Amino acid sequence: MATRKGTTVYLYELAWILPSFAIPVGMLVALVVTAFGAGIHLPGLERRIDPTKVAETPPFDKPGLVELAPGRYEVRMTAQIWSFAPREIRVPAGSTVRFWVTSKDVVHGLLIPKANVNLMLLPGQVAFAEARFDTPGEYLMMCHEYCGIAHHTMAGTVIVEARR
Amino acid sequence: MTRSEDRLTAAFLLVALVALFGGVLTGFFQAIEHAGVDVYPSTPIVKSYYHSLTLHGVLNVLVWTTFFICGFVPFLTTRALGTRLARPGLAWLTFWLMLGGLLLAAIPLVGNAATVMFTFYPPLKAHWAFYVGLTLVVVGTWLVTLNLALTWRAWRRQHPGERTPLAAFMGLVTFAMWTLASLGLAAEMLVMLIPWSLGLIAGTDPLLGRALFWFTGHPIVYFWLLPAYMSWYTLAPRQAGGKLFSDPLARTSFILFLVLSTPLGFHHQYTDPGIQIGWKLVHAFLTFAVFFPSLLTFFNVVASLESGARARGGRGWVAWFARLPWGDPSLAAQVLAMLLFAFGGIGGLINASYNLNLIVHNTAWIVGHLHLTVGTAVTLTFMGVSYWLVPYLAGRALWSRRLALVQVWSWFVGMIVFSNTLHRLGLMGMPRRTMIGAAPYVLPEWKALLPLVGIGGTLLFLSSVLFFLNLVLTLVASRAPAPAVPAFAEALSGPDHAPAILDRWRPWLALAVVLIAIAYGPTLVRLALTTPFNTPGLRVW
Repeated sequence: MATRKGTTVYLYELAWILPSFAIPVGMLVALVVTAFGAGIHLPGLERRIDPTKVAETPPFDKPGLVELAPGRYEVRMTAQIWSFAPREIRVPAGSTVRFWVTSKDVVHGLLIPKANVNLMLLPGQVAFAEARFDTPGEYLMMCHEYCGIAHHTMAGTVIVEARR
Repeated sequence: MTRSEDRLTAAFLLVALVALFGGVLTGFFQAIEHAGVDVYPSTPIVKSYYHSLTLHGVLNVLVWTTFFICGFVPFLTTRALGTRLARPGLAWLTFWLMLGGLLLAAIPLVGNAATVMFTFYPPLKAHWAFYVGLTLVVVGTWLVTLNLALTWRAWRRQHPGERTPLAAFMGLVTFAMWTLASLGLAAEMLVMLIPWSLGLIAGTDPLLGRALFWFTGHPIVYFWLLPAYMSWYTLAPRQAGGKLFSDPLARTSFILFLVLSTPLGFHHQYTDPGIQIGWKLVHAFLTFAVFFPSLLTFFNVVASLESGARARGGRGWVAWFARLPWGDPSLAAQVLAMLLFAFGGIGGLINASYNLNLIVHNTAWIVGHLHLTVGTAVTLTFMGVSYWLVPYLAGRALWSRRLALVQVWSWFVGMIVFSNTLHRLGLMGMPRRTMIGAAPYVLPEWKALLPLVGIGGTLLFLSSVLFFLNLVLTLVASRAPAPAVPAFAEALSGPDHAPAILDRWRPWLALAVVLIAIAYGPTLVRLALTTPFNTPGLRVW
């Protein structure tokens, strides 16, 4: 090893290794700061549900939209082959919507690209996401995990209405 | 072909190439489906878009890669050691076991009884033969590990105190890493999927299934990549007319891959409910850590190519690149694979980024990414390797170098079009694994780009046809004698400069196990203790 120090190869290596170490560390710091600074919240440990009894288990026995407070909503949603219930959600612009979702059969997904909602829906697990809908318009929501032969038809809409 | 090892390699390669052909054909169908041409009503065997997609995934990412690697890595390892395989009989048994497993899995796969994608997430329920067959293939890879380990031990007895030759070291690390990493998949198969598909247990659990799958599902990417790296490190520098820049740095990066490849699978499950956020963050950290050996590889391989280009008269900081021997299709394939892999690596960092993942998870972006990594870094490199390996095994020269160059460049161009378009569609929110041509919700901005998916996919398919054509004509029409196998590259800084601890196995394997236990232990123990296994299986295709 002693003979190696000071060789050209060694110096080049060093000049590369140090930034190679610093770059991922720097990006990691940026990642943590932006994720937690912006309050971005990944799904975590919510709760289990018996996947064979979703229809009898509150709140999924009555899927739909509930207004918690002015401008604050909660949607209790089920995913099943090949639809979401409810299929359509209407909220006024500027609303915050809390999604509680579970699957009744196979693995599904919930993707609302323009609201950054991206959830896996697993039988046996309750998934949670929160999104704010500021701009009026139609927001497409889709299943984004293969769930069978008609997977590509599984979709719905969030309609955000302008406040009068 | 005099060595039994050569015949073995040829057998594995034949299976790999047949699988690749099936995979690219079904892939072509999918690409043109996105562009509005639905061929499925008229295809024989292939029943639906999703049947096609499952065939494409299983054949290309599971079969083509695994069989190529099980042929190529022992070939290179034994040549580097200058020995024969310790157990030739076991090696043939391994081949037949893996082929038997593959054929068993192929029955339901081809018969549309296992249309569950290559990820087979329960409670999608395939025929038991699919799970049993794939498990036999994995068991076969463990027997390859055993054979390589015995071969190395026999070599070590005769060469005490010598450094393990670099290519052999890399082959051993690759299979050691894989064997450790495949335990998750093995557990999913043996404890959950096989007994469930046979009707021995009633229910399953999607979350535990996914956790065990991704335990193996991310490191499997390194199982595909490391053999490509073996070629980039130990053969390509010499093919380029130069030397490997640093042998110790190469060993260091492989040891880091051994240690860091596995404890990071939760970055595929960021959007899954039921896994604590803190553990997801730990896996994000470790995924960034494995970027470090990737950067070391990038530097070392590019510096090695540069030494070749400069020896050939190349000058300047960047202009030397043009002086590489671009007329050699084997090297051209590998250099183009590296170029696109740089973008694959950067995209991978975005996928692994805890927060950015919310934009791209399960969108077409991921498909674009996977085609840069396994579809180019691995596949185009293996094609480049095939351009010397198949002629060597066949005992005849490659039928046409020019055709091979056209093939290599058309793959490169086709992949740029295909992959770039899918990345963009993903950012626009288009989901992956979806029959987009039949979806009722296609947005206008997607529509403008979808024809490019078809064009890129068609180019890739035509490129692969040229590849197979060249290999078939090599077998039947080539008369010139086979060229020699590329020699291993010498190193500017050789193995004597590497710290001796890099040649020891136990500390690194122990460290890998400890990291896996830390990163996965608490979650897997919690899931094992609390999972009710009450989700019934379904066939929904």
